[in-house]
Amino acid sequence: MTTLTAACAVFAIFILLIILTYIFVRGITAINLEFLIDTPKPVGEGGGIGNAIVGSVLMTGLATVIGLPIGVGAGVYLAEFGQNWFGNSVRFVADTLIGVPSIIVGIFIYTLIVLPMGRQSGLAGALSLAIIMIPIVARTTEEMIKLVPNSMREGALALGAPQWRVTWNIVMPAAASGIATGAMLAIARISGETAPLLFTALNSRFYNYFFDQPMSSLTVQIYNYATGPYDVEHQMAWAATLILVTLILVINVVVRYLTRKKF
Amino acid sequence: MASKISISNLNFFYGKEQALYDISLEIPEREVVAFIGPSGCGKSTFLRTLNRMNDTIPIAKVDGTILIDGQDIYSPKTDVVALRRKVGMVFQKSNPFPKSIFENVAYGIRINKMYKSKADLNEKVEKALKDSALWDEVKDRLNTSAFGLSGGQQQRLCIARALAVQPEVILMDEPASALDPIATQKIEELVVELKKDYTIVIVTHNMQQAGRVSDKTAFFMLGKLVEFNPTQKMFMNPDEKLTEDYITGRFG
Repeated sequence: MTTLTAACAVFAIFILLIILTYIFVRGITAINLEFLIDTPKPVGEGGGIGNAIVGSVLMTGLATVIGLPIGVGAGVYLAEFGQNWFGNSVRFVADTLIGVPSIIVGIFIYTLIVLPMGRQSGLAGALSLAIIMIPIVARTTEEMIKLVPNSMREGALALGAPQWRVTWNIVMPAAASGIATGAMLAIARISGETAPLLFTALNSRFYNYFFDQPMSSLTVQIYNYATGPYDVEHQMAWAATLILVTLILVINVVVRYLTRKKF
Repeated sequence: MASKISISNLNFFYGKEQALYDISLEIPEREVVAFIGPSGCGKSTFLRTLNRMNDTIPIAKVDGTILIDGQDIYSPKTDVVALRRKVGMVFQKSNPFPKSIFENVAYGIRINKMYKSKADLNEKVEKALKDSALWDEVKDRLNTSAFGLSGGQQQRLCIARALAVQPEVILMDEPASALDPIATQKIEELVVELKKDYTIVIVTHNMQQAGRVSDKTAFFMLGKLVEFNPTQKMFMNPDEKLTEDYITGRFG
């Protein structure tokens, strides 16, 4: 039994390692400073993904700023006060939303934001990412908060702490590292999304720091390079992939460090 | 001796299930009252009505009156937060917060804004730890995790945490049931020491413990108060046959 499960574990890690190594080997050759800061250029003239990196960071950032508090708040509600018909409905809807293909979220935002605005924008992209993020964060937060033993809540209540303080000072810190892990998964997930950005944020050949304009992103840029006919473009797609994976890894390590268990 | 807590005709329900039947009891000030009885007899439930911890159970229903210093704690005007500050509680399983030793004790002081300055806070934490006989063991590692303490130390930390908010009554729900004999002895000595300043109600499974620490003992069975008498009388010459049977170990 141990051997069998260990074999499965090794296999799972092995595949991941192969993918990572392959990305690294294919991507590393095309990476240089120019590639990291340049904007895309016509084939043969070099060019880079500087604007895509900025766009991805901006949109993921805004999506996180919108989605994380709402998701965590909803999760706290579900765990602490959601033992009623309303909580059950929210839970059901959240689970359904998690299963909705992300391109459908893109269509939704396209109809809701892009059409009235008359153009694609970074805001529309960020909003669709936020919508994908919220249910994931809510459900993982709920699970993590449920793991905090009830005796801890009672201990704080018995000291005369009002309910909100119990949740805020005792329960949430106790669940913090778990909540952060959930948030990480959600951020990793949305920074890898392409479909909902295709017709919300579209793409841009230029550096763009404003959310009311179309915005480039690593994933859409990878898509464009990868579907192009030239080998140079495929090279750049690999390189951009390596950058994306590295970014996600860095965020992961930093957040884990910041929320490591102190007590 | 004046009554600190006065309970009359208390009935308690979990949904349709009645857990306590018509209990009336006077708990005197600065004495230790022990609640004994077999498992599931309602002694813990009863203890938790005294600081309204049962409020956290949605289906719980209380009927009857409980007066603390003459004030009805179930009146709609009662401030539950103030009540719980006045009536502290120590639980069966020690439940320190995932914070440092210092912050565990400081928590109640902080949330109730009971300190004037950082120095005042330090002083109050020190006093609470001294009163719970833990100071000498932890004074050099106040900023380390509370989970690094032994079970008995954790339980005394929880007592210190309860003492820190300067309650008048302390409810203890089998505080030593998970501890070894030496740690238990320390808790018992502490209880006897604390009754100089506090009114203490202690639930225990251990009849010798009730005999050692309490002034009065209440014997519960199946949600009813069978007998309430001075501990000595209870153990030497109980009024009820049922009490005698329980104490001599004929059942339970």
